[in-house]
Parts: sequence; structure tokens; C-alpha cells
Amino acid sequence: MPEIKLENLCKSYGNIEVLHGIDLEMQDAEFTVLVGPSGCGKSTTLRMIAGLETVTKGEIFIDGRPVSKLEPKERDLAMVFQDYALYPHMNVAKNMSFALRLEKRPKKEIQRKVQEVADILGLTDFLHRKPAELSGGQRQRVAMGRALTRDSSTFLFDEPLSNLDAKLRTQMRAELAMMRQRVHKNMIYVTHDQIEAMTLADRIVVMHGGVIQQQGTPEELFKFPKNKFVAGFLGTPPMNFLEATIEESNQQLYLKGQGFMLRCDERATACLRREELLKVLVGIRPCDLIYQPDAPSDSAIDIDVVVSEYIGAQSVLIGDCAGQDVMVELKSDTPIALGERLRFSIDFQAVHLFNMSNDLAIA
Amino acid sequence: MSTAKLNRLSPYLFLAPAFLVMVLALLYPLGYMIYGSFRDWNPSQALGESTFVGLKNYYTLWHDPNFRESVVVTLKFAISVVTIEMFIGVGLALLLDRNLRGMSLLRTLFILPMMIAPVVVGLIWKYMYHPTLGVFNDTLRALGMEPVEWLSQHALLSIIIADIWQWTPFIFILALAALQSLPRSALEAARIDGATGWQQIIHIKLPLMMPVLIVTCLLRLIDAFKVLEVILVMTAGGPGLTTEIMALRISRTATEFRELGVAAAMSNYLLMMLLLLTVLMLTYNRWIEYRANKAQRAAEEAL
Ligand SMILES: Nc1ncnc2c1ncn2[C@@H]1O[C@H](COP(=O)(O)OP(=O)(O)O)[C@@H](O)[C@H]1O
Ligand SMILES: [Mg+2]
Repeated sequence: MPEIKLENLCKSYGNIEVLHGIDLEMQDAEFTVLVGPSGCGKSTTLRMIAGLETVTKGEIFIDGRPVSKLEPKERDLAMVFQDYALYPHMNVAKNMSFALRLEKRPKKEIQRKVQEVADILGLTDFLHRKPAELSGGQRQRVAMGRALTRDSSTFLFDEPLSNLDAKLRTQMRAELAMMRQRVHKNMIYVTHDQIEAMTLADRIVVMHGGVIQQQGTPEELFKFPKNKFVAGFLGTPPMNFLEATIEESNQQLYLKGQGFMLRCDERATACLRREELLKVLVGIRPCDLIYQPDAPSDSAIDIDVVVSEYIGAQSVLIGDCAGQDVMVELKSDTPIALGERLRFSIDFQAVHLFNMSNDLAIA
Repeated sequence: MSTAKLNRLSPYLFLAPAFLVMVLALLYPLGYMIYGSFRDWNPSQALGESTFVGLKNYYTLWHDPNFRESVVVTLKFAISVVTIEMFIGVGLALLLDRNLRGMSLLRTLFILPMMIAPVVVGLIWKYMYHPTLGVFNDTLRALGMEPVEWLSQHALLSIIIADIWQWTPFIFILALAALQSLPRSALEAARIDGATGWQQIIHIKLPLMMPVLIVTCLLRLIDAFKVLEVILVMTAGGPGLTTEIMALRISRTATEFRELGVAAAMSNYLLMMLLLLTVLMLTYNRWIEYRANKAQRAAEEAL
């Protein structure tokens, strides 16, 4: 199974460059997820790997072999499309076996392979149906099945779950995660949904504006985002950002913003001293705000509750801290009332600091 | 009247004007023609003054070798032009369905012949086929070959070529439109699945275009059975009866032979042929669907 390497990959449509030099290495049997907001160039990257789009500049290597001039079929990969791209005039079995039939494999083998994959995906009863006679979820499975029947070394997925309803999406996500355990192949998966990215990926690649923002394991990205974009993109509810000035009294640094004053810990103090900044952006995840009425004011923040969104065991509070929106995650059975002012303590370990001039993390 | 009843009537109310127009514009002339075909009817008579002759007109035609000849000519003409036009038109569409520079200009040029008035087409081709002055024989002579007596020795072939020139664009545009409305992603999936250009055409493009192609073929067939002007101008049916297609014979029967009843009967024969053709095609379609459904049901029961 191959290692895929993208080297300074660029793509322009006419005069407009939409991908600006993508460098990426994918290891053998790794599940890589490209994630980012709509229009950031994820699909374009994937389609260039697949060979459906020409490469403007740069090169794609599969096992060290440059492939950017090769036809898709010479690259040995299978792809699942967002709109499934099933062949409307063929039944499920024919759809799944199309590639094998083109290769003129023996009938017996084709039948066995289709049956095997249909069993895995629960499609056995639908083999003779046309795509139009299937539900969205079933079509999605057929699209997966079509990729699975081929013994390709690499699987490409372009937002395969985004056309499903929420419940089915969760279910398919779990099934994909299970399939991932069984099938040891390279998988490159494109999504705009950060939950999909976090749950499925060995390695997440966050893209924005045609540039890779950061790559690493889900945990790395969640704990140590390199810049404000990555920090704000991963995690729900999203991270809170508050502006603060740096003030010093008695050799101790404080972050002073509107409605709060936080005492820096040693690590942050060292960093801030080194960077010599006057202002920073403070990032705090909603889950890192702990409801604690008796917390000392230099390690806590006071929030007026504006809205409470009940989602089961947890609620999300949307609060107001001196004119700034702040979101907090809270156990639903915490007795609170709208309009009340609550105190949340902050462990400074969990605070992310960003340079306001370039949005990079300070660490 | 209750509102419920009114509601039920309203669709018919809205359909009424269209229905009226259809009766006046379509059914009335048709009825007129069918009525006339049972009569010995001379252009100087009003239809009411003509005498009723029953099926005599149909019977005479059935045994008239000239009429039979024109049926054969029509069939030969229609089947060959439509077959060749389908091949060339669809082939061109498959060839030109890509985004190259100047392609839209080329496409526009391709559909020009269809926009020229048929009489003009006839005249142009008549001159091009001219034995001494025509461009074809000029070319042949320039190449050192024998000139060909186009409109006298190969009359049917000549009109077939002219018709192909004029009507291939029709199939070309419809096929191109069908091609461009195919699901792009299915074609991309086929490329990933390893289909070559040819395999994409055979396994994906053509099957998906088929419904449009069938309708196109039917439209062209119906049209080819009724073609008149171009042939009238080029050969007027000659030499002899070699290019006298049915439409031409009908018009001559009505104007030269002054037998409106026979002409009407002839039109009805033509109409019946076209109806038969349409029904056959629809039945064939139905049958294919039915067979597919049956196969599917059988397969499901077998499980
Ligand atoms: N065929 C095209 N022509 C011009 N621009 C395109 C084309 N395809 C994509 N783009 C542009 O490239 C950018 C990246 O698109 P895409 O890769 O589809 O984004 P996404 O991350 O949502 O998959 C977008 O800004 C889009 O407008
Ligand atoms: Mg996309």
C-alpha cells in the first residue's frame, strides 16, 4: 500500500489560484481527513489526487512515482462521491461490479466479490434494484460498495455523508469507523464537518483559503492549535475569543479584558515576556469554563446568561461578558436562571493565547 | 352547485379552450380527410357533391404498382437517411462534446444547414449535382475521375445525401444536449473505475442518452416519411418513379390527376404507417421496461 506525497501542489482556474502550494505526506494505511470550510479547496485537492483535475503546478507522488500526468485508472484508486455518482441505468450489482467487468475478471470471481461486499454493507436484498429505487442511505452504501469491490490501494471520499440526514449520518460515521478497522488501506477523506474529522482521522489536515493551516492527530490539533482559525474550527461549541491587554503588577502578568482579569501562569508569563506583546487574543473552550461561584476573581470570569440551549445532559449557555459573547458548556441540572450573573473558573493551563497581528498561537 | 363538485370540474374547465383548439385545428381536418377518402372527389366539387364509393380508393391503391413503388421508395429513403443521420449526428456529438477553443463556433456552423429553407436547399444541391456545371463533377474531373450523372443515374442516392446534409444537425444538437445533461459525476466515477473513452461511451453515455435518442429517431422518421420540398425541387420524383416518395405522389394525385379522394386515401395509408411505427416503438420501450421489471421481480423472489 502506497505512500502518497503532495509536493507544492497548486491549482488555478483561469487566472485565479485556488490552491496555494499544498505539501502533504500520507503514510501507508493511514486515514487522512482533509477538513475545512466550504470553498477552501478540499475537493480540488482530492480530485487532483484522483486525476479528475489537472495539476497546475507541483507534483503528486504515489510510492515515489510522479503521477500527475497519469489517467485516473493508472493510479489504482477508488473514490466515493458526494452525490454518490451511481450509474442510473445499472442495478446495484452491476454498479458495484462495473470496474471488475471492465477488467474482464471471471464471472465467478465478480459474483463472489459483489456478494461479499454486499454482505458487509447489508445490500444483499437490493442487488437487483436500480439506484432510483433506493433510499439515500442505501445509495450511499452502494457508492461505498462500488469502491470496496475493487482492490484499490487507496480510497478517496469526497464528503460521502453530507447528503444524509443527521441520524443516518451518525450511524454511517460509526460504520465507517468500524470498516476502517477492517480495511487496511490508505484513505483520504474530505469533509467540512469537524466531528467527522475528529472521529475518523488518524491525521487531520485543516485547510482554509487554499492553504494547509495545520496537520496532526485529532488530539494534537485540539490541544495545540497553531492559529486562531484551527482553534476556532475544531470543537463544538466553538472556542471563545476575548481580547485582552497585558498588564504587570508586582512582577505578575495579568490578562485584562472587558469584564475579566486573569492571572497568568508561569508558562504563559515566560512566553508573553519573550514575545513582548501589549495585546493578545485569549481563547477558551466552552468546556474549560467550570461553574464555580466561589472562585477567586483573578482566575474566573463573570457571565450574564442570555440563552440556554438544552441538549440533554449538557446545556450550552450563551452568555454575555461585558458586551462580548461567551459560550459555556454546563451540566443541565445546574440551577440557573436567565439573566443571572454566574462565575466560571478558568484553569490557565487550558487557555490559548494568540498574537493579534498574525493570529498565530503563542507558545 | 357544491364547491366540491366545482373543484372536481375545474380541471376540465381549464382544459376546455385547449381541447377546443385541438378539435378545430387537428381533429376537424383529420376527419375531413378520412371522410374524403371514401369518396370519388374532384377538386371542382364541394365535398358534399362527391359520390360515396366506400373502400374503392383504398382498394385501388393497394393494387396500384405505382403507389406500391412510391411506398418502397419512401421506406428506402426514410430508413437509410435516418439510420445514417443517427450515426453521424450522435458520432459528431460524442466527438464535439468537449471544451476546446472555437468549439461553440464550430457547433453553430454545424447546425446551419437546418436553418436554410428546404426549397433553397433543394436548389443549392440541384446546382451542385449539375452534370456539367456542378461542383461535384468539377471536383471529380479535377481529380481525373469520370463525372457522375448524379440526379439521373443515382437519383435516390443523391437525395439521400442532400437530406443527410440537411438533417444530421438536428440529431447532432439533440444528442449534444442529451450528452451535456448527463450526470458529470457518473462519468467521473466511470473514469475512476477504469473505463476508457470508448467504454464510457458504450457503457455509460449511450445507455443514458437512449431515451432522448429514441424520441429523436422517431421525430426524424416521421419527418423523413413526409419530406417533400427538397425532392420536389431536385428531381420532382424522377427519373421515372425512382424518387417519387409518398408525399410527392399525394401532391401529384391531388393536383395533376385531380383525384382528391385517392390522395386522401393515400394520406391515410401514410398516417397509418406512421402510427404503426410510433406504436411499435412505444411498445418496444414498454416491453424493455416490462422485461427489466420481470427480471427484477424474479430475482427478488429467488432470494
Ligand atoms: N471548475 C471550477 N472553476 C472555477 N473555480 C472553481 C472550480 N471548481 C472549484 N472552484 C473554486 O475553487 C475553490 C475550491 O473549491 P472546492 O475544492 O470545491 O472547495 P471545497 O473545499 O468546498 O471542496 C472554490 O473557491 C471554488 O469556487
Ligand atoms: Mg467540496
